[in-house]
Amino acid sequence: MNLSSLPILSIITYIPLAGALLIVFLVPKEKTGTIKAIATAVAALDFVVSLPLWWMFDRGRDGYQFVEKASWIPSLGVSYHFGIDGISLVLILLTTLVGLIAIYSSYSAISDRQKEYYVLLLLLQTFMIGTFCCLDLFLFYVFWEVMLVPMYFLIGVWGGQRRLYAAIKFFLYTLAGSVLMLLGIIALYFYNTTGFLGYKGLGAVPTFSIERLTSVAQSMPAELQIWLFFAFFLGFAIKVPMFPFHTWLPDAHTEAPTAGSVILAAILLKMGTYGFVRFSLPMFPEAVRNSRVIGVMVFLALVGIVYGAMVTLVQKDMKRLIAYSSVSHLGYVMLGIFALNMAGLQGGILQMINHGISTGALFLLVGIVYERRHTRMISEYGGLAKQMPIYATYFLIVALSSMGLPLLNGFIGEFTILQGAFARSFWWAFFAATGIVLGAAYLLWLYQRIFFGEITNPANAKLPDLTFREQLTLAPLVILALWIGLYPKPLFDVIRRPAERIVQAVGGPTAEQPAMANGSGAGASVTGPGAAVAP
Amino acid sequence: MTFAVRPSDWALLSPELFLTAGGLIILALSVFLGKAKEEFIGFLSILFVAITAALVVFVGTLPDRAKPILAGAFVVDNFSLFFKGLILLSLVLTILASVRFVGDAPYPGGEYYSLLLFAGVGMLFMASGNNLISIYVALELMALASYVLAGYFKGEVKSTEAALKYFVLGAFSSGVLLYGLSLIYGVAGKLGLPELARLLAGTERSNLLMLGVLLLLSGLLFKIAAVPFHVWTPDVYEGSPTPITAFFSVGPKVAAYAILARIFYVAFPKFQADWGLIVAIVSAATMIFGNVAALLQTNVKRMLAYSSIANAGYALLGVLGFSTEWGLWGILIYLLAYTFMNFGAFTLVILLESKGYAGESVSDFNGLAQRNMPAAIVMLLFLLSLAGIPPTAGFIGKYYLFTAAMKAGYPWLAFIAVLASAVSLFYYFRIASAMFFTEGAGSKLKSSYALSAVILICAAGTLIIGVAPQPFVEVLKSCVLPR
Repeated sequence: MNLSSLPILSIITYIPLAGALLIVFLVPKEKTGTIKAIATAVAALDFVVSLPLWWMFDRGRDGYQFVEKASWIPSLGVSYHFGIDGISLVLILLTTLVGLIAIYSSYSAISDRQKEYYVLLLLLQTFMIGTFCCLDLFLFYVFWEVMLVPMYFLIGVWGGQRRLYAAIKFFLYTLAGSVLMLLGIIALYFYNTTGFLGYKGLGAVPTFSIERLTSVAQSMPAELQIWLFFAFFLGFAIKVPMFPFHTWLPDAHTEAPTAGSVILAAILLKMGTYGFVRFSLPMFPEAVRNSRVIGVMVFLALVGIVYGAMVTLVQKDMKRLIAYSSVSHLGYVMLGIFALNMAGLQGGILQMINHGISTGALFLLVGIVYERRHTRMISEYGGLAKQMPIYATYFLIVALSSMGLPLLNGFIGEFTILQGAFARSFWWAFFAATGIVLGAAYLLWLYQRIFFGEITNPANAKLPDLTFREQLTLAPLVILALWIGLYPKPLFDVIRRPAERIVQAVGGPTAEQPAMANGSGAGASVTGPGAAVAP
Repeated sequence: MTFAVRPSDWALLSPELFLTAGGLIILALSVFLGKAKEEFIGFLSILFVAITAALVVFVGTLPDRAKPILAGAFVVDNFSLFFKGLILLSLVLTILASVRFVGDAPYPGGEYYSLLLFAGVGMLFMASGNNLISIYVALELMALASYVLAGYFKGEVKSTEAALKYFVLGAFSSGVLLYGLSLIYGVAGKLGLPELARLLAGTERSNLLMLGVLLLLSGLLFKIAAVPFHVWTPDVYEGSPTPITAFFSVGPKVAAYAILARIFYVAFPKFQADWGLIVAIVSAATMIFGNVAALLQTNVKRMLAYSSIANAGYALLGVLGFSTEWGLWGILIYLLAYTFMNFGAFTLVILLESKGYAGESVSDFNGLAQRNMPAAIVMLLFLLSLAGIPPTAGFIGKYYLFTAAMKAGYPWLAFIAVLASAVSLFYYFRIASAMFFTEGAGSKLKSSYALSAVILICAAGTLIIGVAPQPFVEVLKSCVLPR
């Protein structure tokens, strides 16, 4: 058997599950050291195994790669069907990395019921990776739903004071959205086969293949596309979360343990935007092109950007602040996606990764001081720069990356999204740009309140700086942020083909590429927006 | 057509005859053996049910079995075999879950087991009933045994109240049902379902006939506890001994769905436009009311009672879907899933009760994860399945039902159903939250072998149907009724 015939996606997906079972059945719960070691080793192994995908992936090919297919419920036409394109590739790599960091960062934060904790993190890891690999809609739904269960327990058992409320709210909100998606899936199924509600079906073999259903959905009449678009929309919009479906997010992020917040921000929110990119756009082009639908989507995205940023400004709790900043940042992603051109879409996808890196790192940073002080209130801190200089440095880099400073990843994503938005309308870009200003305001103000001045609170006088382990959790994210900020071309190369296909499907222009895609980010930032129109 | 019983008919009737004899033997034996040998009687009745199940398998292999016998009143088609299997499964689970419970109770156990077996006989006949009268008689046999079982704790007010309520309301609904049957007979002059179907295919609808169908439907909706005929359910479920509650929530309901499906799928498909809207409204009301009322409960048995009302509402989606096979498939796979997951959930209540904990309040589940982790995990599995989260049996069942509703042209009802199903997670997960997030008092919780067996069977069923549904959904295709 040669290497390329291995079911590599399944291996990556189920390594964490195997690790979880290993811990459940073989390690007694008193041996916490062994449990941590196994969990970390399993996550590390998973990351290492997923890395070769980056080099093995053929960037010049359309369609899905590393495809695995087996029949699962032939009576319904459901198959076990895995495969990835460039978009899922980068998200899977992000997941395996962030999952490893989340586990490694929990060593000192979690002290009770450790066995269950690490088992749940590993299970969550399997479900998240599986979701990104699915090429069968039924299978996708299964992974999408079951993912909620470990997250519910992570928030509910190891969360903060209002954890019960936050956990059930998280579960109910996301479930309510996804069950409507299930009806959309059923409708697609019948449109492909025997028809329903007076729509004549195509009479094809029953299938849930995403590729097949995508082309089927494209042939549907416009009004049915709009109905189904909204059925899928709710499922994804709640997950993103788009304004006004975002209210579960501050509670869930704030109450979750650090690793839970990191995974929520870095990966789970991306499920929603991934859903838009993978399903909503290519499946329902008539709906997406509809000027009213676009109007609503862009309006919600812009409100999310501006409103999210304004609410962020007034937060007193660090985790809540970062949580609300996610609403604003994901507004950018949605704006980019619904600009329906190459720059917007690629910027949106890139910004998904950037947000995962920056916000994940921010939650890690907050978790670090929370472990030392057991408070997240900004007013409790001040003057930390003198006491914790290394921490202050990391925090600065991450905050700057989150606010979109040139040379760092956030800039590339936001700039490219703005380029895409500008191509559609000056006002889209204008309102989105105000969000950047507000973003700089809340992050710099946060930084100022935590780090500058004298230490006024005696409890902060003896805080130890970062440990080696804590630096190890942060360093990969900071390196990635710098790498994307300086040289984003490899990422653009990976997502270009799938993005082109999606833009073609919705009938957008594919000729104009993002300004950042061909050179270094730093170079483009010097030449400025002029590069955007250069061929 | 003759009324003579041919030798080959005896073979087809063997499961029912054997179980009747079994019930009589248990009753007689218990008089001689007394209270001390109750456990033996319990296991003997399991043996009888198991032999009956073997006979059902044997009957399934007979040639020509699908031809109606006894003047067309009794038919052994695949559909009936599926239900018989399900009914016998619920009987075995009930008896297994009862052994220790009955042993601890200060009442004679022999009559308990024999009544269960007699109820089983009634349900088996219901599954095969092909004629309005035979269906009615079988239904009454099951119902009478059930009334007595509900009042098995003679000395307790709650149990007696449950029995009385069940009996009065049950008798009333049986009257309504019988009145409906008489009207249908008056209009059509036929009792056999296939004959009715043939006859009605050529007749126009008449108000009298519609009234008969409506009354018949009402009687059946009472048996499956659909809104507005559900009021007896919470009280009866709360007052009855818990293994009997578990039994009521699956066995009689499954059997009632068997006749509901057979009557409406075979005999009245022509008038679906007439009864369809009524069933749709009842279904919506049942799902909404059942789930909303369950949100307010603090007693687990009452909560599961309302949850089973809500589940009856989901299953009605399948009845609406009778214009295609999806409806029938949906009911079959859902009832299969429901038997495993609902019985499993009730068994956990029995487990808590039997260890001296009250077990009936949600707070009795507090800290179950620390007292017995495996028990907490399987309970979580049942709750997830009841809420319809994949990859569990409940999800596959609901998937078929939602599909049936969409296919039959009721997208608004499917919309209500999925939202109701999402809401249900809230109260199911109150139990999950109590088990995992709350510290509880109490020592380690140990299970008995019999209860562990029940829990294991239910958990295996719930998980296997969810993860590998193919063999199960393949069976469905052969169970479709002719019409």
